[in-house]
Amino acid sequence: MVRDKSISSKILDIFVYLVMFVVLIITLYPVLHIFASSLSGRIANETGAVTIFPIDFTVEAYQMIWNAGTVPNAFLNSVQYTAVGVTINMLVTTSFAYALSRKHLPLRGLYTIIAIIPMYFSGGLVPTFMLVNNLGLTNSMWALVLPSAMSITNFIIMRTFFQNLPAELEESAKLDGANDFTIFVRIVLPLSKAVLYTIGLFYTVAHWNSWFPAMIYLRDSDLFPLQLVLRQVVILAEDIREAAISGDFAAGEAFIAGVNVIAIRYAILCVAILPMLLIYPFVQRHFIKGVMIGSLKG
Amino acid sequence: MVLTFVEICYIIYEINMNGLCDMTDAKNSKLGIFGRRMYETRYLHLLALPGLVYLAIFAYGPMYGVLMAFQNFRSRLGIWGSEWVGFDNFIRFFEHPHFWRLIQNTVIINVYQILFVFPIPIIFALLLNELRGRYFKRTVQTVSYLPNFISMPAIIGMMVMFLSPTDGFINQIVYFFTGNTVHFMAQPEWFRSLYIMSEIWTTMGWSAIIYIAALSGVNPELYESAVIDGARRTQMMRHISVPSIAPTIIILLLLNIGTLMNLGHEKVLLMQNPLTFSTSDVISTFVFRMGLEMLDYSFATAVSVFNSVINIGILVIANTIARKVSDTSLW
Repeated sequence: MVRDKSISSKILDIFVYLVMFVVLIITLYPVLHIFASSLSGRIANETGAVTIFPIDFTVEAYQMIWNAGTVPNAFLNSVQYTAVGVTINMLVTTSFAYALSRKHLPLRGLYTIIAIIPMYFSGGLVPTFMLVNNLGLTNSMWALVLPSAMSITNFIIMRTFFQNLPAELEESAKLDGANDFTIFVRIVLPLSKAVLYTIGLFYTVAHWNSWFPAMIYLRDSDLFPLQLVLRQVVILAEDIREAAISGDFAAGEAFIAGVNVIAIRYAILCVAILPMLLIYPFVQRHFIKGVMIGSLKG
Repeated sequence: MVLTFVEICYIIYEINMNGLCDMTDAKNSKLGIFGRRMYETRYLHLLALPGLVYLAIFAYGPMYGVLMAFQNFRSRLGIWGSEWVGFDNFIRFFEHPHFWRLIQNTVIINVYQILFVFPIPIIFALLLNELRGRYFKRTVQTVSYLPNFISMPAIIGMMVMFLSPTDGFINQIVYFFTGNTVHFMAQPEWFRSLYIMSEIWTTMGWSAIIYIAALSGVNPELYESAVIDGARRTQMMRHISVPSIAPTIIILLLLNIGTLMNLGHEKVLLMQNPLTFSTSDVISTFVFRMGLEMLDYSFATAVSVFNSVINIGILVIANTIARKVSDTSLW
């Protein structure tokens, strides 16, 4: 590309770099501050001395969380809900999207309309809540994974992707006597890794970060996912003893005086956000395609 | 339409031939052509089945529950046994002392979103497009996606911690300059600003993807010939880059305007507390409180039906205007 070497161009360059550095700092500082604080001593945290480097380095907050058991249990719950939820999501969404992407499918138009209408009009919070109740799903994992078994947006992204696959592949397989199911599993899915990774990540993030269904459908605190525990401990600032020692009152009395409450809260925040922050950079090169298809052809 | 004699003969021949086939094949004669096509695509229908069942139960099932809005619903009696009251629940909402407050709060936050949250990703994408270092560009982009992957409770949790009047770092900065601390989360006048600022932080990078993609699709020859014609980079931004993403901007702006009265409950619910209700209580959180906390099912459903109807109305109007003003529209 031809380059403009004028002064105004240099000024623009400086301005752009400046803005981008500010963006980097504003985005990264809060996250680094969380990590640093979760590893800092009590006094450093209470006096606000911590920036993005831990002061009086200690892992006691993580040890406390580990020993108390509430957070590890919630972490495992989240892993379980995410694994089951994403499996259901992918099975339902890929097969539905593939079927609706085949132009020779009779009733295709009707099915598509059936799928699109709920994007614009839904029953709303209360009827959904009562339906889940009536189905007997309340207070179980199924209340979290079944009502969100398919996202319409993700369905549209996948359908558009499948539609754009070359038709010759399918035709030659048909001549060899393969049925639609075989074509889908043996030919289409292996060619669709990019979209499967992207949608899989979208679903994973959605399940891992979900808290509201858990709040309205789950009663037993043993079943709570991590995000709900996070909300209780950090936002509602519930009694830290309860969260950290899960009801052992004597032990709670013993350490509450000298406990590093701030670090504990930051540590829970870290545990809650870290898994997704570690996953997304690996899948991000597929994002642009997925987001483009989803937002323009919806 | 005029058919030639030959064509008519051909059609009659076709009908006869198919008729003959139908008589020889008993299965086909029962199902007909449509049935045969359904049978040939049976595996596809099987693949579509889980999705259809899901939609029937969890997307259309609740729609039936919307009838509650016109009833004095009692769980014991169910939808068929409960008393029908017409529009009483709606009238109760219109006469509710907080009716206008709810509408106003919902609309103001959405207007702020359009004014402040919407343009930032566009500016970010345009500036990123001017960045020359490839690795630095990729780094900035990757980092800018990061907040999108942080959960809502974690984002609000971070806000609560950073804004804490006793030890949050933001309040320490405030204290350094003014000698006072501010209890941000408990003051109604701060709610909207906090909502919008955290929204910008969370969505900027992710929302910019679509503009970045549109910009990367611009033909480089356009820029090259502009340079030869002596155009400055700022001029190229204005006359090449901006027009190339304009259709995307219009569609997304349209979507934003279409959701003027539509604000999800999750984030507000996490941020609000009774102290800030005067600015933070919006229609969706009101529905949540009335429905799931006060258990006034009929009333809550009526409020959300009212909101849905308005939302669809606004979307249709926005779309009509867009179609008149430009070629771009949603449908």
